Amino acid sequence: MTGIVGYGTKIPRYRIKVEEIAKVWGADAPTYKRGLNLNEKSVPAPDEDCATLSVNAALNALKRAEIDPADIGAVYVGSESHPYAVKPTGTIVSEAIGACPYVHTADLEFACKAGTEGMFIALNLVKSGAVPYALAIGADTSQGAPGDALEYSAAAGAAAFIMGTDNLIAELKDTHCFMTDTPDFWRREYKHYPEHGGRFTGAPAYFKHVTGAVDAILGKTNMKPDDFKYVIFHQPNGKFPVLVAKKLGFTEQQYLPGLLSPTLGNTYSGSSPMGFAATLDIAMPGELILLISYGSGAGSDAFIFETTKRIEEVRDRAPKLKTQLDEHKIYIEYGTYAKFRKKILVPN
Amino acid sequence: MQVPRYWREIPKRYRLEAAQCKKCHNISFPEKFSCPECGSQDFKTIKLSGKGKISTHTIIRIAPEGFNDQVPYGMGIIEMDEGPRIMAQITDCDPEKLKTGDRMIYQFRRIREDGSTGVIMYAYKFVPDVGI
Ligand SMILES: [Zn+2]
Repeated sequence: MTGIVGYGTKIPRYRIKVEEIAKVWGADAPTYKRGLNLNEKSVPAPDEDCATLSVNAALNALKRAEIDPADIGAVYVGSESHPYAVKPTGTIVSEAIGACPYVHTADLEFACKAGTEGMFIALNLVKSGAVPYALAIGADTSQGAPGDALEYSAAAGAAAFIMGTDNLIAELKDTHCFMTDTPDFWRREYKHYPEHGGRFTGAPAYFKHVTGAVDAILGKTNMKPDDFKYVIFHQPNGKFPVLVAKKLGFTEQQYLPGLLSPTLGNTYSGSSPMGFAATLDIAMPGELILLISYGSGAGSDAFIFETTKRIEEVRDRAPKLKTQLDEHKIYIEYGTYAKFRKKILVPN
Repeated sequence: MQVPRYWREIPKRYRLEAAQCKKCHNISFPEKFSCPECGSQDFKTIKLSGKGKISTHTIIRIAPEGFNDQVPYGMGIIEMDEGPRIMAQITDCDPEKLKTGDRMIYQFRRIREDGSTGVIMYAYKFVPDVGI
C-alpha cells in the first residue's frame, strides 16, 4: 500500500478584505465578491515566506505522521515564490525538520500545480521502495500586480504531506495527468509580477485541463462522480471550482469542505493541497476523495485516495485547517498590506 | 552576521537543539562547554519541544537595521517547558497585549536578510500559542 502518513498546513494570521483592495483602485468590490466568489485573502507577515510556511506546515505533518524525520528520504517543495532564485527551499525545509543529511530534495515549479507535482513524485518514490518516506509540500506567497485582478486573490499558505507505505491515513488508489503547452499565465525571469491571458485563462486553460484530468481518471478507474464522498479542485477564485464541479456532475456536499478560496484566496501551489487537507480534517474512514490540481502553462494532476481508520486517531494532533483559516485572524488595511508585501519604495 | 556563523548555528536556530548533561540532566540552550550545574562535559543533544511561557518581555519601537518594517514588536525571554530560557522575537500578535506567563510556541521565521543580494537568515521566533 502507498499513501499519506501525515499532513499539515500553515496559513498566515493576516487577512485583507476585497473591499479594502477595491477601495484603493476605485474598483467595484461586489463585482469581485459576487462575480468571483472572493471575500478576503490571507497575507503573509513580513517574516514569512515560502520556506517558513513550508517548514511550519511540515512540522504539523510530522505531528500527525509520528515518524522519525531522519527517515524521510526525499523532500519536494512546489512553489512559484521560492525565496531564492538559486538555492533550494528544500534544503532549508529538510534542515529545519531534521531530515538532513540522507535526503534527496528538489524545488518544483509549475504555476499552481507545483504542490501536486511534488505529491505525485513523492508517492511514486515510496511506492518504488526507493525511500521509506517522502515529504511533498505546496507553498506560496504569491503576488498579483497592484490593481490587477490577481491582486484580489493572490494569497499565502502551505500544505505538507508525508507519504509512506504503512500506517496510512489515506491510501492512494490511482493518479492521472493531463498536460499541454497552453500559455495562459507566465512570469519572465527578473520580473516581479506575472502576466496572464485574461479570459483565455478560463475555457482553454483551467476548464479544459481540469475536465480532461477528471474524465481520464474516471475512465481509467471506471468510476463516476457519485462514487466519491469528496472532491477538491484547484481554486484560482471561488467561481471556477464551483462551475467545473457542477459541469462534471459533482454536488455541493462533495466540493464545499475543500472549497477555501472565498475566504483564503488562491494560495497557488498550496491551493488544491490545502483544500485536500481541509477535507482530510473531516473525512471518516473508508471514504473516497478525488483531488485535481491545475497549473497554468498548463496541466492538471488527478489523485484518488481512500481514507483509513487511522485518520481519526491523528487529526487532532495538529491544528486543523479551518481553525487556522477562521480563528485568530488579524485584518489589515491596504497600507499595511503594501508594506508587508514590499510594494512601497523605501530607501536602504 | 557572517554566513559561516549563521551556518554553524543552524541546529539551534532552526531546530532548537539543546545540550542535556548526561550526569545531572540539566539542559543548556545554547550548548555550553561544561554543565553550569555540575561541571560535567558529557552532553547529549536533545530537541526542545518549542513550548513555553513569557518570563519577561519588552516592546521594541526603535529597531535595529533590518527590523524597521516590523515595529512595534515584542522581544522576550521565553521559559521553555524543559527549563532553558531563550531570548527571542515574539511575532504574529499585538505586542501591547503580551503579558508575563502567556503561553508561547515556536515558529520558524525569517530573521533578516543581508540586503537584496545576500543570504536570507531563518531561525526560531515565538508566537502566542492559540492553537493555530
Ligand atoms: Zn550537569
